[in-house]
Amino acid sequence: MALNYDIPAPKKRKFSLQIDPSQFEKATDEEKRQQDVMANSTTFLKDGMRRLMKNPLAVMSMIILVLVILIMIFAPIVVPYGYDEILTVEGTRDKAAANMAPFQFSEREQEFMEKYNTQLFPHIMGTDELCRDYFIRVVYGTRVSFLVGVFASLMVLIIGTIYGAISGYLGGMTDLIMMRIVDIIYSLPDILIIILLAVVFKETMDFSSVPVIGKLGTNMVAMFIVFGLLYWVGMARLVRGEILMIKQNEYVLAAKSMGASSARIIRNHILPNCLSVIIITTAQQIPSAIFTESYLSFIGLGVALPMPSLGSLANAARSGMQSYPWKLVFPAVAIVLIVLAFNLIGDAMRDAFDPKLKN
Amino acid sequence: MAEVTKKNSDYLVEVHDLKEYFPVKTGFLQTTPLKAVDGVSFNIKAGETLGLVGESGCGKTTVGRTLLHLYKPTGGEFYFDGQLVTDKNIQPLRKQMQMVFQDPYSSLNPRMTVEDIIGEPLDIHHLYASKGERHDRVMELMELVGLNAEHATRYAHEFSGGQRQRIGIARALAVNPKFIVCDEPVSALDVSIQAQIINMFEDIQDKLGVAYLFIAHDLLVVHHISKRIAVMYLGKLVEIADADELNAHPIHPYTLALLSAVPIPDPKTARNSSRIVLEGDVPSPLRMPSGCPFRTRCPYATEQCAKEMPELTDRGSGHMVACWNK
Repeated sequence: MALNYDIPAPKKRKFSLQIDPSQFEKATDEEKRQQDVMANSTTFLKDGMRRLMKNPLAVMSMIILVLVILIMIFAPIVVPYGYDEILTVEGTRDKAAANMAPFQFSEREQEFMEKYNTQLFPHIMGTDELCRDYFIRVVYGTRVSFLVGVFASLMVLIIGTIYGAISGYLGGMTDLIMMRIVDIIYSLPDILIIILLAVVFKETMDFSSVPVIGKLGTNMVAMFIVFGLLYWVGMARLVRGEILMIKQNEYVLAAKSMGASSARIIRNHILPNCLSVIIITTAQQIPSAIFTESYLSFIGLGVALPMPSLGSLANAARSGMQSYPWKLVFPAVAIVLIVLAFNLIGDAMRDAFDPKLKN
Repeated sequence: MAEVTKKNSDYLVEVHDLKEYFPVKTGFLQTTPLKAVDGVSFNIKAGETLGLVGESGCGKTTVGRTLLHLYKPTGGEFYFDGQLVTDKNIQPLRKQMQMVFQDPYSSLNPRMTVEDIIGEPLDIHHLYASKGERHDRVMELMELVGLNAEHATRYAHEFSGGQRQRIGIARALAVNPKFIVCDEPVSALDVSIQAQIINMFEDIQDKLGVAYLFIAHDLLVVHHISKRIAVMYLGKLVEIADADELNAHPIHPYTLALLSAVPIPDPKTARNSSRIVLEGDVPSPLRMPSGCPFRTRCPYATEQCAKEMPELTDRGSGHMVACWNK
């Protein structure tokens, strides 16, 4: 019903709150349209990234990680030493080059440089007790630790997400059985199983001909298997819980009423809505995997020699800690930087992508 | 072609003795059926609206969801367009039956644009040949429900409750259904927006000739939109009649109590009207009273009510009541 604006203004009484229609004018079409103007549309991802970029800790961590990755990739190309190469001068082994301090050259190296008037590539972090360049060993150690961390997290991500999604979506008896299996796995001691598997593999299998794994050694195979077998349960529980919650939403029911298949519902409605949880957990899983690798290496169950890892480097440095403290400091700092950066990014992502924390 | 059991009938929707029991754990290894819907029968003609009213927890929503096989019915038969609906043939029939949900905030996926939300039923039933065709159809639907074309790329959380409900309605209309279950579509909205949405439901019915099962607990809203109204109490229908007839001559004591609770806009009339206040609480659906479920709160209850459940009987011109005493 259209209001009639042309009625004459009634007599205004004192203390009356009655409004006088003649004081008002009609809204123009332009003004009406302005009522409908909304803020620029942003996608969920853009919105989250914008908030992530506002977090100084997260940006710092990302810069550090990018630097670490760049060094990891390019240092072996630039530095002329190999990770398992014992230093030589003019074709013979330089026995005096063991345990040098950062940027120090041995006597024979100095003679060599004076004789030919050239500059040798500096030993940025000194050398170890077997006369190997320590910097390149730390770089390779970082490579190994990083690779192990990312690969193990990917494994956890894939197995945990699929298992949790199936369990949460199907529910009922299936869920009950699947979750009891998870409970059993949760109660297994992981270190013990890694040790057992490592021992068994050492006796029965030979991975030395397999390209990457052969160099990492049987202990690493055992570790990957343990990650694949045991560590996904946390992710599976998390995804299941999230899916149980999302399943309650009416848009899932709506999709069912439209005749959508289960695969379609999981793919289009459930997984996109728990994606943030999955990404964040994966980001937080990487440092934990790096840590596991480091302490396994530290207790002597890590990568096979001569391949270094940050943990085994730290372990080797322990014996000469008082004479050559830098050998412990460098790998330890590398572990701390990587783990801290990943943890901070994970935390920042959780804050940025959690819709409940929006303000 | 699979054998289709066709039945000649005037009605688009025919429901006979629909039952939906949920198993509820009541002890160690012991379950008791919760009779959410217990023997409900009704019919809806094409292009007609049946209102379904009742208090919270009486099984209204369950009726709607069971019809669409979102829950597996425990018993009873549902004929759609003369065809018996079973688990096997529900998939193609979903094109003709749709649902509008109560909560416009949780019924739209927050990660999808409006265009994808409305286009999803088209995707599922492969109802377009090209992307352009899909886009055109979505635009047509958005215009039908009064949304601007520029809203298509936005996400659901950017809209108000009323606009979200419009999106939900456009989604339900996408496949050109003959029958829509409206599950309290306006109860989450402001009163002013309620009126807009209700009028839109009516306009759409005029244009497209869809039938509604309109579930609500607001008698005024249901009376406005429905041709016939069914009143439900604890999983059973107690009265079905034409909307005006029910409003003017309610027979069942529960309907009387419901109608007397409707607020009257004029205070002078309201002062003179007497409100029937029912004694006691709704019994637990796990421990239903014997016979008529309403007898524990009914002022006219007799011994007969405790023994047998009254059937719905015609009291003239299609006014059906299930009561021994009235």
